[in-house]
Amino acid sequence: MSSLSQRPMNPVVGQALSHEAADLHVTGAALYTDDLIERTRDVLHAWPVQSTHARATVTAIRTAPALEVPGVIRVLTGDDVPGVNDAGVKHDEPLFPTEVQFYGHAVCWVLAETLDAARQGAAAVEVDYEPLPAIVTVREAIAADQFQGAQPVMERGDLTTAFDSAAHVFSGEFEFKGQEHFYLETHAALALVDENQQIFVQSSTQHPSETQEIVAHVMGVASHEVTVQCLRMGGGFGGKEMQPHGFAAIAALGATLTGRPVRLRLNRTLDMTMSGKRHGFHADWRVGFDANNRITALDATLTSDAGWSLDLSEPVLARALCHIDNAYYVPNVRVAGRIARTNKTSQTAFRGFGGPQGMLVIEDIIGRCAPLLGVDATTLRHDNLYQPGQTTPYGQPVAQAERLGRAWNQLVDQADVSRRLREIEEFNATHRHTKRGMAITPVKFGISFNLTAFNQAGALVLIYKDGSVLINHGGTEMGQGLHTKMLQVAATALGVPLSTVRLAPTRTDKVPNTSATAASSGADLNGGAVKHACEQLRERLAVVAAQHFGVNPADVRFEAGVVSAIGSKAEPITWSDLTTRAYFQRVQLAASGYYRTEGLHWDSTAMQGEPFKYFAHGVSCTEVEVDGFTGSYRTRRVDIVHDVGDSLSPLVDIGQIEGGFVQGAGWMTLEELVWDESDRPTRGRLQTQAASTYKLPSFSEMPEEFHVSLLEQAHEEGAVYGSKAVGEPPLMLAFSVREALRHAAAAFGSPGASVNLGLPATPEAVFWAIESARAGHCGDDLRRDSNAVQPPRPDADAPAMHPLSEQMNEEHEPRQSMLEEPAKA
Amino acid sequence: MEATVNGRCASLDAADPHTNALDWLRSQGLTGAKEGCAEGECGACSVLVAKPDSTGEGTTWVAVNSCLISALSLEGQEVVTSEGLGSADDLHPVQQEMASRGGSQCGYCTPGFICSMASEFYRDSRQACEHADAEHGPNGFDLHSLSGNLCRCTGYRPIRDAAYALGFPESGDALAARRTQPAPQAAPTRVSAAGATFVRPRDLDEALSLLAESPQAQLVAGATDWGVGVNLLRSRAETVIAIDRLPQLRELTETDEAVEIGAALTLSEIENRLDGSIPLLAKLFPQFASRLIRNGATLGGNIGTGSPIGDSPPVLLALEAEVILTSTSGDRSVPLADYFTGYRQTVRAPGEIIRALRLPKPLARLTDFHKIAKRRFDDISSVAIAYAVDVSDGIVTRAAIGLGGVAATPIRARATEAALLGQPWSAETVSAAAEAMSTEGTPMSDHRASDRYRRAVLGTSLPKFFESTMESVR
Repeated sequence: MSSLSQRPMNPVVGQALSHEAADLHVTGAALYTDDLIERTRDVLHAWPVQSTHARATVTAIRTAPALEVPGVIRVLTGDDVPGVNDAGVKHDEPLFPTEVQFYGHAVCWVLAETLDAARQGAAAVEVDYEPLPAIVTVREAIAADQFQGAQPVMERGDLTTAFDSAAHVFSGEFEFKGQEHFYLETHAALALVDENQQIFVQSSTQHPSETQEIVAHVMGVASHEVTVQCLRMGGGFGGKEMQPHGFAAIAALGATLTGRPVRLRLNRTLDMTMSGKRHGFHADWRVGFDANNRITALDATLTSDAGWSLDLSEPVLARALCHIDNAYYVPNVRVAGRIARTNKTSQTAFRGFGGPQGMLVIEDIIGRCAPLLGVDATTLRHDNLYQPGQTTPYGQPVAQAERLGRAWNQLVDQADVSRRLREIEEFNATHRHTKRGMAITPVKFGISFNLTAFNQAGALVLIYKDGSVLINHGGTEMGQGLHTKMLQVAATALGVPLSTVRLAPTRTDKVPNTSATAASSGADLNGGAVKHACEQLRERLAVVAAQHFGVNPADVRFEAGVVSAIGSKAEPITWSDLTTRAYFQRVQLAASGYYRTEGLHWDSTAMQGEPFKYFAHGVSCTEVEVDGFTGSYRTRRVDIVHDVGDSLSPLVDIGQIEGGFVQGAGWMTLEELVWDESDRPTRGRLQTQAASTYKLPSFSEMPEEFHVSLLEQAHEEGAVYGSKAVGEPPLMLAFSVREALRHAAAAFGSPGASVNLGLPATPEAVFWAIESARAGHCGDDLRRDSNAVQPPRPDADAPAMHPLSEQMNEEHEPRQSMLEEPAKA
Repeated sequence: MEATVNGRCASLDAADPHTNALDWLRSQGLTGAKEGCAEGECGACSVLVAKPDSTGEGTTWVAVNSCLISALSLEGQEVVTSEGLGSADDLHPVQQEMASRGGSQCGYCTPGFICSMASEFYRDSRQACEHADAEHGPNGFDLHSLSGNLCRCTGYRPIRDAAYALGFPESGDALAARRTQPAPQAAPTRVSAAGATFVRPRDLDEALSLLAESPQAQLVAGATDWGVGVNLLRSRAETVIAIDRLPQLRELTETDEAVEIGAALTLSEIENRLDGSIPLLAKLFPQFASRLIRNGATLGGNIGTGSPIGDSPPVLLALEAEVILTSTSGDRSVPLADYFTGYRQTVRAPGEIIRALRLPKPLARLTDFHKIAKRRFDDISSVAIAYAVDVSDGIVTRAAIGLGGVAATPIRARATEAALLGQPWSAETVSAAAEAMSTEGTPMSDHRASDRYRRAVLGTSLPKFFESTMESVR
């Protein structure tokens, strides 16, 4: 057992605790960024002027009419930017665009005494546009050859031979839309400027360090002149990894220019029409099976629909490629990736970060091909699971492959699958208009940022003389329970009760250069850093205690706030007694902790290496009932077995599993982004831009029975206290919902129907699937010969993935120049 | 001008006629209630308001979307927010269950869930029941009370567990005790600010004369439609007349000839008072938006907006309802089937107020309501179909079918009705009538559904209804 993963006796980690802020949540006392404006004087409110074209040149902006609106103070335009007019790290996201790139793109921002005045002011601004041709769909982009960024290829084995010798070859196409984050709290920032012109931004951001960096480059100042704080977020899901920066920069710019606090909060319509979403994908694929129904070859080209700027699309695509295998061994593979540039919002990180899109492709392939192979999909999935000793297409050993099989078996037991399958068969035989379906799908998800540099974290732990402990770390709290876990880690590492430890809000002036709280890595990375800081302190305190007890420091024990020594007859002392003694002995009671994930390497050009510290595993089983008249359905029962290692905080982890599952189920069945693809003047407009038109799961979508259990014997050597990351992987457990619907729809037709089910599988999509099953038209869109669909080869001249692609654009000067020569305009 | 919030007086002076209650509460420092959507879909802004109970003698704690209602509509009213229910060191039972069971993750939606859940906690008629089902807990908790609250984090299971674990208010619970006293009266209000006037008239006569003076005035009851426009489209009116508490619009009477339902009764109030006595309406209520919306929305409003996708018109058409319009020159009655004249156009004349809906008796024996939507709770229908059919000696003697979502107005399925009347209630008849039904209306494609699908389910709905009625006919 590694020292990182080893737990002491009676640890605080592993206890099922409520969210550390639960009492504040339920009483409405918890503060979010926009709640702070009621505690801030003289706040100005910002509202954008949004483009009414999907793509156009801005030929003139007349702000004078806005300034005539009572209460309007100023209109911010590109001329006001003292530093770099860019909201991203790729320098392809002008904060004030001269060419608008999507319907709803902010052209300029109005500041006013009230929100209503800002809104009226924005309506009064006159903008002249010269419309340009716009590309709205991924298919249009493919046809126009309009791509951006790298075009990676991941290859293993010999495809030609594999296809030649395959017993069955199928090929087809699969396209699906993205997903809106719909965090309940929309984007918000509140910026203040102090007497030294230092900028302080309260931001709802998953990545305070990068928000700080962007604010600094927009303002033309060094990073140390900007502090970003995130109290907590009302949900993030990846949507606040990249997207908050520009909004924070607008608030900072306004505050600097007016000398007054500026609040920028998007309402839901603004948020949905301006901020990025999960990437939709298009896939061309070709797959080969041997006579035993083992997958032998996969050839696919994935094209992501990235919207107008590059954003995080390259790493999202890399993760999609690295997850197209999901939990299945595919010996011969060639997967190419492209990033379509479309005139839509800049699609971005969303829970799973491309992983779900890659995995969806193989799950769809299996769901389609199983009937054509004459095998049920559950068997096909089970028989293709990774076995010990096998490696992924990018060369990483699947070190815990046996866990997939174990989780599968635990699930089949828990869910009583064979009995229920018989009942479903009986039910379907006796019901003409209603059919039930069941599916089991696995998840294998790589944990770590693909970009190795991001796999580091810092923490600052302070012990005061009275023994109370304050921890700071670089991770942000968005509801995932990171702070709860960090309190548990600190209490465990120091051997004190939970109540001894408090947690300070996430701020860039406490821990610098933090990574985004993303990639499910928050607890792994920050937990490692917090633990490291605590252990330094404990070692120092052990020396003090050892003197008192007259023992070797190694024999000092810290448990529940009591300090004792093995082999000493002296009475134990309290933790606070010890910290007071330490102070008087002039022992430093603060420590900064640092953690870097060991053992990662990744060649992003070759798409080979071991980018992940470990994999998280899970299996889910869903049963649905479908109405043949309308295609409407309900989820009767869901069972999940999921691998969280040795859980740091079981209530939190089960919450993540259930919540991730339901969010995934929303994407699979309900949530539908509809863009105007017509040639009307509203081309490119998001038509589902409100809660009334974009439907999230509500109580009615919750499974009627919902059983979640954690995989047993799941200790993880490579992570803090033996735990595993949990944020993203459960989302993909929801694939079983769509596959169960496919199974039920097929039951309306004759056996062997290969049902093409739309995504999201809305009642309408299910209805058409039933209709085609009934008509026996299933599988017509699939080809059964090897030459039908040839996934296109990537452009050989396209740039390779840059190892630092998230961070740098070589054409730009390094940031240090800011320090040498402040570029204040 | 003030309201009582969490037991304390709070001035409404800063509010203008278009300030919603949420923004006003937040400006008072009560930032527990949140804006998640500003259109009554997410419930993050839910707060409790003391409203008269069905007897009029006591009080019900009603959860409403504070983002939709005007702050000025709270003049003289009592409001409780999540902050008023409990504090971190003295949690309310609802807060206790939610906190301890993992009912909050990011916490943003939580204060709204707390208020919706508290409303159900204090529901007088709630009692422990042995027949818990998917939507009702053993403590009688009706899950529909949370149908208007969205959570993006938890997946809802722990929230359901918290709701189903609730006990009943203990003696000494102040909000429970408050229920035995009358609710605050509606206070006549007249405020002009920011270029607009908000009026809560003393009585119907004052409302009608106001309307006669300014026919363009916006009539508002629950504001579940108007409030959305105010927030999202920045709709503004010179004069807003609040009619939700006018007694003449809040009567529910039943005679041998008809049931008359006041236009300003909320759907929740109607549901409680009818208690299932009109089965077709009983099928409608749980499918109509969410409880939070039903706590404000009225039949008058649902008819008055003239929307083709309101859920009550198809049902009321099937019930062959009449709209009773009132003005300074008295009442007139219009069959609902003649009421809608075009997209959001009706025969209601300037100066008229919808006073009531009249449902003639006897009611049909076979009824059903098919609402086709993406989501079962709180969604707008793609297609809505209501049936009211009588079969006598195996022959269809009455058939009234109301359709929504398939034309510019709600319509009667006349061709289908004709194909059924006088025919045997049989699979053959239904099959032929279903053919006719699939050609009713002029369905369109939009983000909710395609025209093909709308047509297709028009064609399958009648067979589905027929299947479901076979037992009761036999």
